[in-house]
Amino acid sequence: MKPKVNAVDIDRNKGDFYYDVAYTQDAGRGLSEKTIHFISDVKEDPDWVREYRLRGLKTFLEKPLPTHWASKDLEAIDFDKIRYYLAPGTSAKRSWEEVPEDIKRTFERLGIPEQERKFLAGVEAQFDSEAVYSNIKKAVGEQGVIFVGSTEGLKKYPEIFRKWFGKVIPIADNKFSALNSAVFSGGSFIYVPPGVKVKHPLQAYFRINAESFGQFERTLIIADEGSEVTYMEGCTAPKFETATLHSAVVELVALKGAKIQYITVQNWSANVFNLVTKRGLAHEDAEIKWIDCNIGSRLTMKYPGVVLKGRKSRGEVLSIALANNGQHQDTGAKMIHAADETTSNIISKSISIGTGRATYRGLVHVPKHLKHCKNNTECDALLINATSRTDTYPAITVRGTGNAVQHEASVSQVSAEQIFYMQQRGLTEAQAMSLSVNGFVNDLVRQFPMEYSVELKRLIELEMEGSVG
Amino acid sequence: MNELRVDNLHVSIGDQKIVRGLSLTVPRGEVHAIMGPNGSGKSTLAKVMAGHPDYQVTKGKITMDSEDLLGMEPDERARKGLFLAFQYPSEIPGVTIANFLRAALQARLPEGEELEATDYYAKLYEKMELLGMDRSFTSRSVNEGFSGGEKKRTEILQLAMLQPQYAVLDETDSGLDIDALKIVARGVNMMRGPQLGVLLITHYQRLLNYIVPDHVHVMVAGRLVRSGGKELALELEERGYDWARESAGEMAVTR
Repeated sequence: MKPKVNAVDIDRNKGDFYYDVAYTQDAGRGLSEKTIHFISDVKEDPDWVREYRLRGLKTFLEKPLPTHWASKDLEAIDFDKIRYYLAPGTSAKRSWEEVPEDIKRTFERLGIPEQERKFLAGVEAQFDSEAVYSNIKKAVGEQGVIFVGSTEGLKKYPEIFRKWFGKVIPIADNKFSALNSAVFSGGSFIYVPPGVKVKHPLQAYFRINAESFGQFERTLIIADEGSEVTYMEGCTAPKFETATLHSAVVELVALKGAKIQYITVQNWSANVFNLVTKRGLAHEDAEIKWIDCNIGSRLTMKYPGVVLKGRKSRGEVLSIALANNGQHQDTGAKMIHAADETTSNIISKSISIGTGRATYRGLVHVPKHLKHCKNNTECDALLINATSRTDTYPAITVRGTGNAVQHEASVSQVSAEQIFYMQQRGLTEAQAMSLSVNGFVNDLVRQFPMEYSVELKRLIELEMEGSVG
Repeated sequence: MNELRVDNLHVSIGDQKIVRGLSLTVPRGEVHAIMGPNGSGKSTLAKVMAGHPDYQVTKGKITMDSEDLLGMEPDERARKGLFLAFQYPSEIPGVTIANFLRAALQARLPEGEELEATDYYAKLYEKMELLGMDRSFTSRSVNEGFSGGEKKRTEILQLAMLQPQYAVLDETDSGLDIDALKIVARGVNMMRGPQLGVLLITHYQRLLNYIVPDHVHVMVAGRLVRSGGKELALELEERGYDWARESAGEMAVTR
């Protein structure tokens, strides 16, 4: 069955191409203070940013790899071989016509300009280290909504930017947030003024084009009191021989009564180490919702979180991870309750195919002095083959009385009988598998915006076609 | 020839021989019933026809309209027009009946052709009405939490929607009360006609009161031991399977 709506149309094969781009700014391989100064010089960073980067580098070098709890596969990253900054030396354009030809072709092949016309309120397109295109619909801009790249954001809007930058995720949060703090480039800066409800989503598209490259975008979204915004990100990279590193930091701030929905559909090729830190800070009566779909990559480590700082604030993480042959999806969620009457909801579904491995890691923290907090955690795993693997590490610490926690976990397997039954109705083995997988994630996907649920369904079909031989 | 044909079929699972030299021809347009005691290999025959991977065909062949079935994958057999109503249908969590049948019909269309949604739903609702099924059923996950009767009715609904050339109904009557049995029989009778060949597999004569077969075969220990008209079912009901077993014994001796 082919979906009729195909607004967001990226698939693995579609993303598997690259162009020889003349990079005029190249920090070379490896990481040192020299690298930091190179980046800061090129970007003409204010002094506070340069100092921030240097502190990030120091922390990164001091912190060990978290192999004591996470995968040893992290040791395969050769930090000396990675290229930390690569840019074609042009600023972000406001119209596609002005974007350099070879880069424009990349995004046209990925269907980005078309989607912008169809259903988006604004688009930012990042090519390796820098945004090459950034545009917001006039009507949205006139409401005072700011949507620019992070470099532009920190220069043009220093007072808002600096107030929140690094406050939700400090440099030393973990080794990779420190690395990002040292070499960050690109990503989005969004500010939505009080009471403004942005109807259509803002989208960013992150594209890795160069081999042995590390992409370190930094996104900061601030929704002022009573405002609402939905942000979506998509990512692809070609299939290179050597490992590629993607290590982003995303900070969300929802002020009183604001709502932020952050949607990710990652479709990395199997050589990408995807190590991302994402966290939101929810003030009184605010709501932060992460919708996180992880497909592809060699290793993904990502645990979107919400710090429920204000009374009655709400946090939600809905995530789907698909670990195909040789891949490890180490994903989960963190909910830090820090005020009374806060609620959090985590629903995680993972699918392991072939030798794929899916790990759920959850953290729910409700301290003793709080009252009337609620958490619901559900994690379901689906195993496709006998060689597939799933692990669940839920850490729920709830102290005090008067707080309610609910936790459910399940592991199921697609049975041979089920596949035979579906084949008897005329579906091929791959179609049967993908229908089972889609059925497994169905109740969750129904909560996603239409464009994304259609795309996700198609990506699952493609993954299943490739895995049944 | 428009017929479903089994020739000297031998089937094993592991070392165990289950079907031992069975031959049978079901021409399109006829309804044949296979009756037999538990463990006679009836269900194995049904599954082997559909291509279940657990069984090994050690000898013999199965053809459908002169085309060899044994070399085909289960889904290819299905798309060519063979339908099996399962004794124990699988549950498919999260996949609605409407979506499942739609995918199954789509799989029968040539590459690039799209199933027409309005026609599809019109047909689906029409068939459901005939089977006394509520429309809300379409949005339930396939067989998940269904009662025995609901499962069997869903199998017949799929049969009606997919319109195969040959249908094998494996113990479709088991676990049904008399009302459900009548509805299921009505569904099958509706589809009877020159375009469909039916093989009914059953333990009890009861079903054959409602779906009257053209031919009845008795299966014992992996073979057909007797074949005849619909009156054979009544005789069997009266005299019991021991009588049939004795016949099988005689056959073994005379062979």
